[in-house]
Amino acid sequence: MIPKFPFLSGPKTSNRSKVFRPSRREFLKIGSLASGAFLIGVNFQCSGPKGEIRTFAPNAYLSINSDNEVRIIAHRSEMGTGIRTSLPMIVADELGADWKSVKIEQAVGDEATYGDQNTDGSYSIRMFFEPMRRAGATARHMLLEAAGKKWEVDPAGCDTENGQVIHAASGQQIKFADLIDLLQDMEIPDQETLKLRKLSDYKLIGKDVPIYDVKDIAHGKALFGADMDLPGQQIAVIERSPVVGAKVINYAEDKALEIPGVNRVIKISGNGAHPGLNKPLEGIAVIADNTWAAIKGRAALQVEWDLGDNKDYQCAAQMEDMIRETLEDGKLRREKGDVKTAFGSSGTVLEKTYRAPYYAHATIEPPAALAHYKADGTVEIWAPTQHPQWARDSVAEALELDAANVRVNVTLLGGGFGRKSKPDYVVEAALLSRAIKKPVRVQWTREDDIHHDFYHSHSAQRIKAGLDAQGKLIAWNHHTVFPAIGGTSSADELHPSDGEMGLGCTDFPYDVPNIRIESHEAKAHTRIGWLRSVSNIHHAFAISGMLDEIAEVRGMDPVEHTLSLLGEDRQLSFNEEMKGEYPNYGEDITAYPWDTARMKRVIERVSTEANWSKSIQDGKAVGFAAHKSFLTYVACIVEVSRDENGKIIVPVVHYAVDCGIPVNTDRIRSQFEGGAQFASSLAMSSAINFENGQVRQNNFDSYQIIRMPQAPKQIYTHIIESQEKPTGVGEPPVPPFIPALCNALYQLNGKRIYELPVKEAFV
Amino acid sequence: MAQFSLNINGKSVQVDVDPNTPLLWVLRDHLDLVGTKFGCGIAQCGACTVHVDGEAVRSCSYPISIVEDKKVVTIEGLSEKGDHPVQKAWVEHDVPQCGYCQSGQIMSAASLLARNPKPTDEEITSAMNGNICRCGTYTRIKAAIKTASQTL
Repeated sequence: MIPKFPFLSGPKTSNRSKVFRPSRREFLKIGSLASGAFLIGVNFQCSGPKGEIRTFAPNAYLSINSDNEVRIIAHRSEMGTGIRTSLPMIVADELGADWKSVKIEQAVGDEATYGDQNTDGSYSIRMFFEPMRRAGATARHMLLEAAGKKWEVDPAGCDTENGQVIHAASGQQIKFADLIDLLQDMEIPDQETLKLRKLSDYKLIGKDVPIYDVKDIAHGKALFGADMDLPGQQIAVIERSPVVGAKVINYAEDKALEIPGVNRVIKISGNGAHPGLNKPLEGIAVIADNTWAAIKGRAALQVEWDLGDNKDYQCAAQMEDMIRETLEDGKLRREKGDVKTAFGSSGTVLEKTYRAPYYAHATIEPPAALAHYKADGTVEIWAPTQHPQWARDSVAEALELDAANVRVNVTLLGGGFGRKSKPDYVVEAALLSRAIKKPVRVQWTREDDIHHDFYHSHSAQRIKAGLDAQGKLIAWNHHTVFPAIGGTSSADELHPSDGEMGLGCTDFPYDVPNIRIESHEAKAHTRIGWLRSVSNIHHAFAISGMLDEIAEVRGMDPVEHTLSLLGEDRQLSFNEEMKGEYPNYGEDITAYPWDTARMKRVIERVSTEANWSKSIQDGKAVGFAAHKSFLTYVACIVEVSRDENGKIIVPVVHYAVDCGIPVNTDRIRSQFEGGAQFASSLAMSSAINFENGQVRQNNFDSYQIIRMPQAPKQIYTHIIESQEKPTGVGEPPVPPFIPALCNALYQLNGKRIYELPVKEAFV
Repeated sequence: MAQFSLNINGKSVQVDVDPNTPLLWVLRDHLDLVGTKFGCGIAQCGACTVHVDGEAVRSCSYPISIVEDKKVVTIEGLSEKGDHPVQKAWVEHDVPQCGYCQSGQIMSAASLLARNPKPTDEEITSAMNGNICRCGTYTRIKAAIKTASQTL
């Protein structure tokens, strides 16, 4: 069972921005179904510390109780983007709540109640901006009606502010809580005619709003998956198959049990060489009273493996095979005009090959999950998961339970980047808890994480570009090859999907008369997943590197060159040229076209803000790249220089971004700051290599993440003021940074970069 | 197993553990002080940073047997009310993204400022080299350390 990922599979497959449009009947039904912490329904009453507390909850995301406490549900997972703040603040702003006193509660995984909770693909803001506004507006409308009735005034003359309804003409004001009795008789407003606030009237949206959890984090009180604890819980550390598909032959259970604190040793069965995205790897779990005992017990296991079909896999050899593949005709993925004829008439032909390695996510919190299989046959989970609904379904599938018997609580995530979409570690905990009939927390070590990730695929690309006698770019032939995500589940998936091709490759937006884009076969020998911006990482690296080189050949400024290549202002759909589907990140292309004018605007803005022309005149080593991904337009300028010791540093990065209506401007900037650093690791320091089917890196000593000395020192993010539909910013900062950095390094060193990472430049 | 008397955040506590157990796991598993995080287990990432006799150490690689008679301070004990200048600066700059590494970052920063209240940019960079932030909050970490420094 593979869930739908809109960034891969297109719009019609997703059931996403479902906001409740309850009729009166449904409203009461929701109320009667609700239980636990989230009290729903005006008729639902329970006793609280001050007696009877009544709760008004016009939809799943929001409730107001008679203590005037506004509670807003965060139904998406917080992994560092600020979404746990930025979606609830939309509800609060529309409602007119007192933001400082709003309580945010994290939703359990439950699609029927909350709609899509798959926190991935930079689509939380894109999909839920409108539903969250409507959630707030529904309550606001009812409060205004109630106040109008109480004061016998026209509700249109009332407004909400700081948790009160106010009537400006009479100066009357009343707390939300004091209207709850009246709300029982109010009609749920018609969602079609529901009135939303004007953008200019918002007090939070479009502003810098601090994250809800900042104090808890600074005080060490924020709780992540690894911090979950239940009475009587056991800790499990698992020795997993060193090669994907390996099977256990033998192991020294008795040796592990000799370690004080170790209580059980349990085998988990794997699912073969293409194990899928939600299954555990084969392994031996050591279950102990505490983590240290479990780690020591595992070290004593002496597992003997039948390494299976992938035991001879060498990624370096596959890279050479992939490069050879790019010299042949591949599978046609997009075609416009006739490149072969155009190359025949080209005065200059450039042909370059680009290589990028496997990457691990290396979330700073290694995977961890707590499961409690209870006596009644239900399971409760606490996990740092990006996708609680898939975790729930996967646990249900593995334990052969009805999903209704699985409850998934979402903790804070110590980083996600796509790794924590996959619920393999959650399933491990559930299987082990059922086996020993006690709560079990599975703890991955860093070595486990580096060795058993769902990796970003290594890739080879060849781009051939033809310029006519006047130097105009007339032909573009892009070959791309990398083991596909689909290969994780099936040996037959040898080409990247339309979704992966649409991540920065087939959506090549430049006005070139002859375009041919091809893919080639590559087998998956490990688990391939998706990493922050996915195939955009390697596609942008190659394309924007090549464009810089073409600009140089043409004697053009790279910024001017890209602007001119974008051509007339126009909205692209690519459809007539695609040889498959173009998923457009799960959105209808007519609603979210590729708009060249928006891209030009971010390029012009970043060029102005970074003083691009002057930097060039002054001889600074600056590099430029622009790349749209996840429907957000980004342009980036990176400067590099040498410090007094001759080491290369990145003193300044400028980004311009058009993400439509900016929601939380501080969190937009923070995603770009972090995106530049994340991309710095990919560009400069990180790489995974396979030898004999096994990952050679072990920990942060060998899989290196950028640290403060190498990190870009100043990062400026210039946000375009926009009224366009809002789009996400988690992933879009990553792709353009890498080629912008490489283009800057070329200015510094005179050497083009065709292979990532560029470690030697920074040693 | 062996008995150890520890001084954690000003309180005396006894634990009975394997003498090789890293301080990190004693804090997290035996004393329920989970503000100190596990990131790598080999003193490479700094998520587990605590103070031992005022010095920042990586508790994942610091066996409990050498902690006895020393004063350990964790993020929970850095200040009574969460108002250490570094913590206040962290909130002011809204430093965290996911937040997981930030206890370690704060403990490293607090240790730096305790011995050098007015560090230069280079001194900050050097002192923070052992703390990885995968989300990439480095520019804000540096800005927050400078803000905290101004109040010292």
